[in-house]
Amino acid sequence: MTTRIRVGWRASVGLTGDVLTALPVPLSFPLLVALYYGESPLPFIAAIAVSLALGVAFRSVKDPEVDLGPREAFLAVAMIWLLVAVVGAIPFVAAGVGTVAHPVNAMFESMSGLTTTGATVLVDFSLHSRSVMMWRQVIQWLGGLGILILATAVLSELGVGGAQLMETESQTQDVNKLTPKISRTAQLIWGIYFGLTGLAVVVYFLLGLAVDPRMDLYNAVAHAFTSVATAGFSPEPLSVGAFHPLIQWAVVPFMVIGSTSFILIYFAINGEPMRLLRNEEFHFYLGAMGTLASVVALGLFLDPSISFGAEATVRHAVFNVASIVTTTGYASTDYVLWAPAAKHMLFMAMFIGGMVGSTTCSIKSLRWLVALKSFRRNLYTAIHPEAVRPVRITGKPVDEGAIRDIYAYLLLSIVIFFLLTVVIVVDAERADLRVTEFEALGAAATTFLNIGPAFGEAGPYGTFASFPMSTRAVMIVLMWIGRIEIIPVLVLFTKAFWTS
Amino acid sequence: MHVVIVGAGEVGTSIAASLAPDHEVVVVDVDPDRAEQLKYELDVLTIAGDGTTAGIQTAADVGDADMVIACTDDDRTNLVTCGTAKTLGDAFTIARVKSTEYLRTWEDTRGAFGVDFMVCTDLLTAQNIVRVIGLPAAIDVDPFASGLVQMAEFEISAESPVAGQTVSEADRFESLTFVGIFRNGEMIIPRGDTDIGAGDRAVVIGSPESVQSFANDVAPETTPDRADEIVIVGGSEIGYQTARLLEERDFTPRLIERDPGRARTLAEDLPNTVVMEHDATDTEFLSREHVDEADIVVTALGSDEQNLLVSVLAKRLGVDRVIAVVDSPDYVTVFEEIGIDIAINPRTVTAEEITRFTYESIAENIAVLENDQAEVLELELTEGSRFAGRSIAELVEETDVRFVIGAITRDHALVTPRGDTVLEPGDHVVLLVDSDSVSEIASMA
Repeated sequence: MTTRIRVGWRASVGLTGDVLTALPVPLSFPLLVALYYGESPLPFIAAIAVSLALGVAFRSVKDPEVDLGPREAFLAVAMIWLLVAVVGAIPFVAAGVGTVAHPVNAMFESMSGLTTTGATVLVDFSLHSRSVMMWRQVIQWLGGLGILILATAVLSELGVGGAQLMETESQTQDVNKLTPKISRTAQLIWGIYFGLTGLAVVVYFLLGLAVDPRMDLYNAVAHAFTSVATAGFSPEPLSVGAFHPLIQWAVVPFMVIGSTSFILIYFAINGEPMRLLRNEEFHFYLGAMGTLASVVALGLFLDPSISFGAEATVRHAVFNVASIVTTTGYASTDYVLWAPAAKHMLFMAMFIGGMVGSTTCSIKSLRWLVALKSFRRNLYTAIHPEAVRPVRITGKPVDEGAIRDIYAYLLLSIVIFFLLTVVIVVDAERADLRVTEFEALGAAATTFLNIGPAFGEAGPYGTFASFPMSTRAVMIVLMWIGRIEIIPVLVLFTKAFWTS
Repeated sequence: MHVVIVGAGEVGTSIAASLAPDHEVVVVDVDPDRAEQLKYELDVLTIAGDGTTAGIQTAADVGDADMVIACTDDDRTNLVTCGTAKTLGDAFTIARVKSTEYLRTWEDTRGAFGVDFMVCTDLLTAQNIVRVIGLPAAIDVDPFASGLVQMAEFEISAESPVAGQTVSEADRFESLTFVGIFRNGEMIIPRGDTDIGAGDRAVVIGSPESVQSFANDVAPETTPDRADEIVIVGGSEIGYQTARLLEERDFTPRLIERDPGRARTLAEDLPNTVVMEHDATDTEFLSREHVDEADIVVTALGSDEQNLLVSVLAKRLGVDRVIAVVDSPDYVTVFEEIGIDIAINPRTVTAEEITRFTYESIAENIAVLENDQAEVLELELTEGSRFAGRSIAELVEETDVRFVIGAITRDHALVTPRGDTVLEPGDHVVLLVDSDSVSEIASMA
């Protein structure tokens, strides 16, 4: 007995092929960097060749008769994120230098990049060529662009990136109707992304000229790529902490904007700033970030083992809290050395996330806001069972179905996070490694929620290479699942997806 | 005046009865029996036929009519009637509608459907209920600028805390303006230092919310305050509009609706109302939710029987004031006789509004005060208006006409008038003016 496959997989494979054939364009950027610095361009030529070959092969499968429906799109999203990461790993393997020469490590680095996580398995940054280091930055920028496409425009109907949530928000209910044509909307959103990246290059470079020669054009471009994308890789082993305090301050707004709804930014640019300023999710996002930063700053002031001085204390608190809430993953100092209280605050910050419709990862402010309001409603209806009280965000009622989905998503995220923690602890014990429970919790959250650094060995100035190979393999899968918000990957493992 | 009334139901008949003594009235109805019957009841000409058609309208001489009143039970029939009338002549057209959507459409695009004045039954009824609830102390209340602005006249009693204050002491509200004070039959244009005495009648213009607050200052005994419990039973359109208008006045009413879907819709549209989904005839529920302690209960259910039952129940539980919506005019007195405080009939309210309108003015939204000493009118400023581009202080300087600007609405939002406020074309200006100078002001705008 044969079961008929009811997914138009040819369409999904074809779309993946389209993306792979376009990949040589971003790959040529590090290629040019390699030529400029007189380094070997071969790693990129190899990646371009593989990408083109796979792309052409995939495109040949395409069947123009098959439409790209929701199922095909789910499959395509999962495949694209996986295969682009595979192609992205090729330059690391081909360069053959350091830890990332190993295929699993290369895949970890590439997936961490594409999912805008920012967790690294590099050990010695100085071993690597400038072009390979730039490729890490470019792939993160691509990851940010990719998630914006999913979250705001072309594939928003899949609900990835919280896009279906945006429709429940009054301020962005017409998210698909910025313009009548969806491709035009996508162009507008990308325009903002390109513009912000360009602005970051200019700001970083000019500040570099003024105060810090280490922030040269190379570093300005490299960090611009990963701040608006809320991604977090840095070619510097000390991350943004390597630069002058003024530059550290300048990075904060770009991370914060990168985690703000691009739809609302679009409205703000077009003369409707109140839509952003009155948005409750925006208030929640800024409020959570501000509160945590204040508490961390207070903790640092009171900690006798730390003596930063007033400006530096505030800066480190604001920078690192912003970096984690926006899910960027830069660091301005090694917060592994902080007291447990401050570190636990940062751990808590990992679960918040920025706004829907941005490049942010993690659970996202809107989900928490809806869940909290819904919980408050439950307290009220416990006393007045007949009361009908819609949950409102910025005045607009949220659909009850969406609330159930949000509860389910929160629960699923927490369950996966706990399972991953257990895997990390068990696997470390098997390999006879000393990983504390807190470090395991941190590492699980930071990879699954796509933030970047964690604590202990995996801290901002540490490396994930210290975990066993098997743990890193699991992390690769969970970064992939976490970035595209679980559902598109999990549905692929249901029978109904393929047959009914 | 030659008036054509289309629709001889309760509303049409009532209007015809009040206009027939002084005007030439023609009534059109589709039902020949009804038309025949009316001919003997009232001194009017009746025509049987479809009032939307040009043939029947020509027979009723709509081409030379001064006014056409379309008041059948069907919204679209009324709109089409007005549309047809506009093609035949230039009679002033009045349409009765149920749907607030049509009203909204008409307000947003003045002149839509060929209607010059639209009366929305459900909204009007709700406005009446809210006025009865909220401003029992007011002598006169009139909405302007689609309800964004309210004019109210209060008599200041000797016990009122406002008596003895100056205008600037009494006017504690940002969006409220004192436009006139009548003392011993004389109009005084109020200034900041004008004293308000017992027996004076004060006319204020402002947002419904600020007028409500002012009423609380003037008559704290009779005016409900924000803490008062108001319960609306029944999520009909009237119930919904009542809750909405109460919300606008800063009250937080409770609304009880049985149907889950309707309750959800209402809860979504009414952020400051507590909507409860339950059967309002369940006494156990009513006492659990302390409805017996409510200050005011409004019943706006689907049928008179249900409203009667709930009203009697509420009265028995000990509610202070019970206001019932009664669909059949015959039952109004029955309701009031068995102890319901106020019974409001939507048809009567509609007929009264249309009749009042035919008396007062057909040109603008207008309110006449104190035996026609002064009028409050709403003017829409055109491009060439002498008002446009000038500040209020300049305008007062330039003319010797006695007028006070009470409120301005710009793009459906209230602008509080100050001396330096500059008027723009498209603004709606609500002002009080000496009756003798009405035409002068109207020509300036």
